[in-house]
Amino acid sequence: MAKYITKRVVYMFLSLFLIASFTFVLMKLLPGSPLASAEKLSIEQREVVYEKYGLNDPIPVQYVRYMGNLAKGDFGVSFQYKSADVKDLIIKKLKFSALLGSQALIFGTLIGIVLGMIAALKQNTVWDYGSTIIAIIGISVPSFVFAVLLQYVFAVWLQWLPVGLWEGWKSSILPSIALAMGPVAIAARFIRTEMIEVLSSDYILLAKAKGASMFEIAFKHAFRNALIPLITILGPVAAGLLTGSLVVEQIFAVPGIGEQFVKSISSNDFAVIMGTTIFFSIFLIVIILIVDILYGIIDPRIRLSGGSK
Amino acid sequence: MEKMIEVKNLELSFHTFAGEVKAIQGVNFEVFKGETLAIVGESGSGKSVTTKSIMRLLPKSSTEYRNGEILFDGKDLLKLSEKDMQKVRGKDISMIFQDPMTSLNPTMTIGKQIMEPLFKHQKLGKAEAWKKSVELLGLVGMPQPEMRMKQYPHQFSGGQRQRIVIAVALACNPKILIADEPTTALDVTIQAQILELMKDLQKKIDTSIIFITHDLGVVANVADRVAVMYGGRIVEVGTVDEIFYNPQHPYTWGLLSSMPSLDATEEKLYAIPGTPPDLLDPPKGDAFALRSEYAMKIDMEQVPPLFKVSETHYAATWLLHPEAPQVDPPAAVIERMKRFPGSRYYEGNAGGVR
Amino acid sequence: MTNNMEKLPKGSFERITIDSSHAEKISKPSLSFWQDAWLRIRKNKAAIVSMFILIFIVFMAFAGPLMVEHDPENVKVTHANLPPKVPGLEKLGIFDGVGKLGSKTVNLYELKKIDEYYWFGTDSLGRDLFSRIWKGTQISLLIAFLAAVIDVVIGVIYGGISGYYGGRTDDIMQRIVEILIGIPTLVIVILMIMIMEAGILSIIIAITITGWIGMSRIVRGQVLKYKNMEFVLAAKTLGASDARIISKHLLPNLMAIIIINMMFTIPTAIFFEAFLSFIGLGLQAPQASLGTLINDGYKFIAYQPYMLLFPSLVLSLLMIAFNLIGDGLRDALDPKMKD
Repeated sequence: MAKYITKRVVYMFLSLFLIASFTFVLMKLLPGSPLASAEKLSIEQREVVYEKYGLNDPIPVQYVRYMGNLAKGDFGVSFQYKSADVKDLIIKKLKFSALLGSQALIFGTLIGIVLGMIAALKQNTVWDYGSTIIAIIGISVPSFVFAVLLQYVFAVWLQWLPVGLWEGWKSSILPSIALAMGPVAIAARFIRTEMIEVLSSDYILLAKAKGASMFEIAFKHAFRNALIPLITILGPVAAGLLTGSLVVEQIFAVPGIGEQFVKSISSNDFAVIMGTTIFFSIFLIVIILIVDILYGIIDPRIRLSGGSK
Repeated sequence: MEKMIEVKNLELSFHTFAGEVKAIQGVNFEVFKGETLAIVGESGSGKSVTTKSIMRLLPKSSTEYRNGEILFDGKDLLKLSEKDMQKVRGKDISMIFQDPMTSLNPTMTIGKQIMEPLFKHQKLGKAEAWKKSVELLGLVGMPQPEMRMKQYPHQFSGGQRQRIVIAVALACNPKILIADEPTTALDVTIQAQILELMKDLQKKIDTSIIFITHDLGVVANVADRVAVMYGGRIVEVGTVDEIFYNPQHPYTWGLLSSMPSLDATEEKLYAIPGTPPDLLDPPKGDAFALRSEYAMKIDMEQVPPLFKVSETHYAATWLLHPEAPQVDPPAAVIERMKRFPGSRYYEGNAGGVR
Repeated sequence: MTNNMEKLPKGSFERITIDSSHAEKISKPSLSFWQDAWLRIRKNKAAIVSMFILIFIVFMAFAGPLMVEHDPENVKVTHANLPPKVPGLEKLGIFDGVGKLGSKTVNLYELKKIDEYYWFGTDSLGRDLFSRIWKGTQISLLIAFLAAVIDVVIGVIYGGISGYYGGRTDDIMQRIVEILIGIPTLVIVILMIMIMEAGILSIIIAITITGWIGMSRIVRGQVLKYKNMEFVLAAKTLGASDARIISKHLLPNLMAIIIINMMFTIPTAIFFEAFLSFIGLGLQAPQASLGTLINDGYKFIAYQPYMLLFPSLVLSLLMIAFNLIGDGLRDALDPKMKD
């Protein structure tokens, strides 16, 4: 297990190194000036600014400096937010995104589990079809379409909730629902398949032969075994939430990282784009790593045989 | 002898998307107290389905009990509610399955799995159930039972897991134990150990056993009586000696001839030609006739009834009809019959036939 | 023999000889793998309905713009922001050209004295939305299809080489994949789009740059599984060349899994295209895709909800249809396979 984790961590850093370098190269290839108001500045003024941010140095020097700073945890300075530190900017915005993401993840997965359980236990009934339809819609329809529809229904049509303003937790409800559709659908489909498979296994037959009731079989025997592999979908779900957050935050004017990222793309804010890219990558890579390790810890079949991979 | 369970005229079909599979087409047998009844037959002959229908473990959505009853303790098991059935399962009748590698829940300690029926049926407290489970593990020959209770199934070998499954099955001292090919998935040496264990335990707790297998060697080892199944019917039933040394049905002849034996005179091992019948569209008449060299015209038209050979021995073949011509069974079977007093080939009896 | 019964007809006990091969006669017609799969998918109502929906959408994507006389890129400011109006349906009180002007609800067609019908209405520049939506669907489908094909081709070649040749080749190729797989697709796609000229080609490149990895891993796994199976070893023993083994023995066995995966790759590509367009990195006007149309509609959500409704509906239907067909194919071709 320890060897496996070490190997995975090494690959994780290699991936990150590659992403950072790739991002750097791309940013240098990008057309346009990073200074929003570059046109208004005189040539001398511009020189001063370029000098200050080290933009006049040869590219390799900039690259080494950038990677060095990254290793120290310094993501650079935004050119647009009055020289705000990118790391501070991300941390400041993180709490909004984290609130949405965790709400969507937790409630979405729970609802998905319930739907999947119902579908598996009431296989081929109206309940099953209903939850399958919800799941297929949740998987197919992009979160930004949900977001836009929700906004239309609740803000424009019913006028229950304000739009375009962040007014505390209340404003997080709709974007969280829009983001949660993905986790709901993925979890429901996954749990349904797993439950059906587990329910047809020999040990469930043995449990029945022991005289266990349907309820005991579903919850004492099958549920736990169907739930364990659910951890593996956490990676794709996290990636989906991240993608969704870019647009959903924009639609509901949530001052989170996603909204910030999209904004910095349209304004060519190099430092923020690079910093956020690397932050997103770290986030996803670490989640996938945690999922793999967690899976090894939780499943006794893997736990005690010392890692099967 | 006291009848423990009686299966009468059981008929059962599965509804699959290919059509109706007539898996059981009129099965009759009974199990007496303390005996072991072996049910033998090829895959698809209906032996597993028969026992699973006793336990009512077949999927409700696709199974149709068309006819018959299963009498146990004065009740028809087929008419019990699911809730009442749960009280029978694991308490009065319990079951051991074929593959010990998959029949234990991988994420539950074996202690919990053994204690489950004790909580359920005997309403024992935690400490008592624990004590009883440790005893059971000791009884099935598991070393260090106390420590083993907290372990997970993957930490045990196949043979050990089957011992655990047996412990689970015996937890509530069932009146009937159904063993569905309990040794098929095990190594030969482990097989022998498990069979010894089962025989040993049967004496200790005085339970009846229904033993399903396709291995005649195992049958000879454990059974008191044998029922031979073919194509969803019992074609021959008798004591173990009657089946092995005075078989009457051509299918039983085929089975016995295809069993390797040390004193075999022929070099080539016999194999029954053809394949088992398609139960989606069962053949008219005797299902085995198509594969039998002893087939007669009537076999194509009518299902043979069970003819009585002795008080304990019945066979469903038209060959036993008084008007039927007399035929000689395969050589290997004649060799066997020579040793059975009462068979027409018995050598101690000069007159021979009947 | 006590249980005697009614008299049996004479000659009943004549011996007959049965050819035992007769017993093995197979009564059902033999079906090829694909025929069998077709029989199974035919039972899957959702997949069949989806197939019809998909065929309809594809048909409309090409025929739709020709069904009306309005050009999808033709700007006509006087006809801006018209609600949908369909002949026939207008009498039922829907699609009758009634919309909001400021805070009043009026028939905008009468107000502006327009005789033409815009089935799905017009956008803020007076372009016909009906033809724009189908034109956009066409482009979305084109992007998705090309991206999926490229993914499949690269994935199959990469995974095939890696799995078939094994050893050091496989080692190196898999190390590369392990590093690439850690890179979040979304981030790379966005960065790629930023440095390239916005357009169909750059969207396809951006989607395919990491899209092939999943396919390559699946193909590698399958090749590893099959290449050690007896039938491949037998072919090898008989002197079959690598090319023959790959094309005659491995590929046919991989077809099912490749097709299934392609069915799931296409909706992913549609999603990414719509996503990029929605955040403003997609196609530039006057070209339109479903994503850009949704983005346009979103800007007018308060006054012209239909501008948002129709493209969202087409996009959602398209995604649902592809996913359901993918599910159906997976169940029909490979019942054991899971996500």
